[in-house]
Amino acid sequence: MLGNYAVVEGALAAGCDFFAGYPITPANEISERMAERMPRVGGKFLQGEDELCSIYALTGASLAGAKAMTATASAGYNYMQEGIGYAVAAEIPLVIVDVQRCRGENFATQADVMQMRWGASGDHELIVLAPSSVQELFDHTIRAFNLAEKYRTPVVVMSETTIALMREKLVIPEPDAIEIENRKKPDVPPEEFLPFKAGANGVPPLPDFGEGYRILHSLNPHDERGGIAWDPDVFEALYDRIAGKITANYDDIVQTEGYFLDDAEIVLIAYGSENRPSLAAVRRARANGIKAGLLKLITVWPVAEKEIKDVAGQANTVLAVEMNMGKYAGEIERVCCGYCKVARVTKNRGLIHTTDEIYRALEEEAK
Amino acid sequence: MKENPLRKYLRKGSLPHFFCPGCGAAQVLNYFVRAADEIKLDFDKLVAIGGVGCAARIPVYLDAEVLHGVHGRTLPWATGIKLHNPELKVVIFAGDGDAVAIGGNHLIQAARRNLDVTMIVVNNLNFGMTGGQAAPTTPCDLITTTTPYGNREKPFDICKLAITAGATFVSRWNTAKPIRAIKAIKKALRHQGFSLVEMVCQCPTYFGRKALSSGDPVKGLDWIQECSVTAKEARKLPEQEVLKRFVLGDFTEKSDPVFEGSSVY
Repeated sequence: MLGNYAVVEGALAAGCDFFAGYPITPANEISERMAERMPRVGGKFLQGEDELCSIYALTGASLAGAKAMTATASAGYNYMQEGIGYAVAAEIPLVIVDVQRCRGENFATQADVMQMRWGASGDHELIVLAPSSVQELFDHTIRAFNLAEKYRTPVVVMSETTIALMREKLVIPEPDAIEIENRKKPDVPPEEFLPFKAGANGVPPLPDFGEGYRILHSLNPHDERGGIAWDPDVFEALYDRIAGKITANYDDIVQTEGYFLDDAEIVLIAYGSENRPSLAAVRRARANGIKAGLLKLITVWPVAEKEIKDVAGQANTVLAVEMNMGKYAGEIERVCCGYCKVARVTKNRGLIHTTDEIYRALEEEAK
Repeated sequence: MKENPLRKYLRKGSLPHFFCPGCGAAQVLNYFVRAADEIKLDFDKLVAIGGVGCAARIPVYLDAEVLHGVHGRTLPWATGIKLHNPELKVVIFAGDGDAVAIGGNHLIQAARRNLDVTMIVVNNLNFGMTGGQAAPTTPCDLITTTTPYGNREKPFDICKLAITAGATFVSRWNTAKPIRAIKAIKKALRHQGFSLVEMVCQCPTYFGRKALSSGDPVKGLDWIQECSVTAKEARKLPEQEVLKRFVLGDFTEKSDPVFEGSSVY
């Protein structure tokens, strides 16, 4: 199946019943398939007049009780930053798929990895998942919905031209084999409910519009009752909680996979489709007697600091692999600082690394 | 003292409001709750939306589901809400900046789609909250904090814009005409489809002091009254004269299918 289609099937499997998007290549197959599938499963499809309309329609639909998703590509994600910031601050579950592309062209890149995390204004944490295959596009889209619902927050699926426009085998499990998470609803009547008081995991329960709770959802600093409050103590406590619900649940959110790490002296750290040539290069290195390993980042944000530190404490060298001029490498250098040497393996030519290129970097490092 | 029976529609603990003394936005809040009371609007099913600006604060005082705090995106919010749950009543309170400056394209598109929401545009003819800058609604030649030598841009006619784009109920009144305003709001709330009521209102603090050389709210209201004509009167005036006036009236009321999504099976 096409990667972009796998995203749609993953979303529908997760219970997505609202999609809004604005045309942009290479994400269009997601919108087109949604336009066909969504009304047939009882959901709503909106082609927004722009990305801003799309992202805010998602927030409105989500507060009305929908599981909402949009899909865009790099430049379109820029426009959505405003709405993502609102969704973080107002704690609205939604899923955004960004199929990264080179400026104006559909060539491969991972150059949005920082704007995924840092584009919205104000202090915040964001959950960003990086699939590396068509199967993972399906799986991670489901997980994105589950995390969004569980933590009342926007979650980003960081796709890439490489996998979005790739056809690969996809196994869709039976519906009852798919784990589905739904947002917690209040268990007290409206008069006793504090809509922004931390519940389990720091997350307040969220009733749907129309259920009688009459909540004020404002971007402005708000107290536990939801009233606009300009008190510095209220402001600090609010954002400690909003950011804290992500950082405090690191173990539930952050995922990585390790390959050949047990005795690895040179470790590649890669995310997204760059894992594909990276793993092939590690296998070739092992065949040639080089003690290489790979740490695959499934969650790119929050940073897998524990797992990266474990690797850094054991390896001589970490090689940060990415398809841009070197962005996430800064995060890896920050975490590895004082533990081991870090070098960068970057490529910013609209093309994914070849196995040869990464292997040569390993070979050079092993000399 | 007996509590005003309309206080039950206001969010507990939200008063006193933050509007300047004599601000027209507070009057619009008053008119809305009167209209809502008269038609027995169910506040459990009401979503009141404000963007950013003075008028955007109106819904903050309503005891309803409320969205607030992003400039210009009221209609996209409303679109998502109405598509997912058409049973909800969605009412937007937008300033002229929210409605026709930053949110202008959303207004055109929502009117074109005939989205089933009510939009009350509180037009105070300038950006009040940010300090009295010129807006796309500021009349020609008037002084604001960003037009110190007089406004050199032509203002929007919000109602004409909405009608042209496809809105199915469009009305303009002003804060000096409470009875007609409440009546228009009631009609808009009962209307199926995109209804827009423009309320021309005074902003004593900025528009008054800068453009009218007086911060007196009564003088602001008087000036709006002087500049206002009914649609009937307007027909007798030369076109150039009409362009300088606020034409009051219910302009459009028609029945069209409402928006149910871009792809409906």
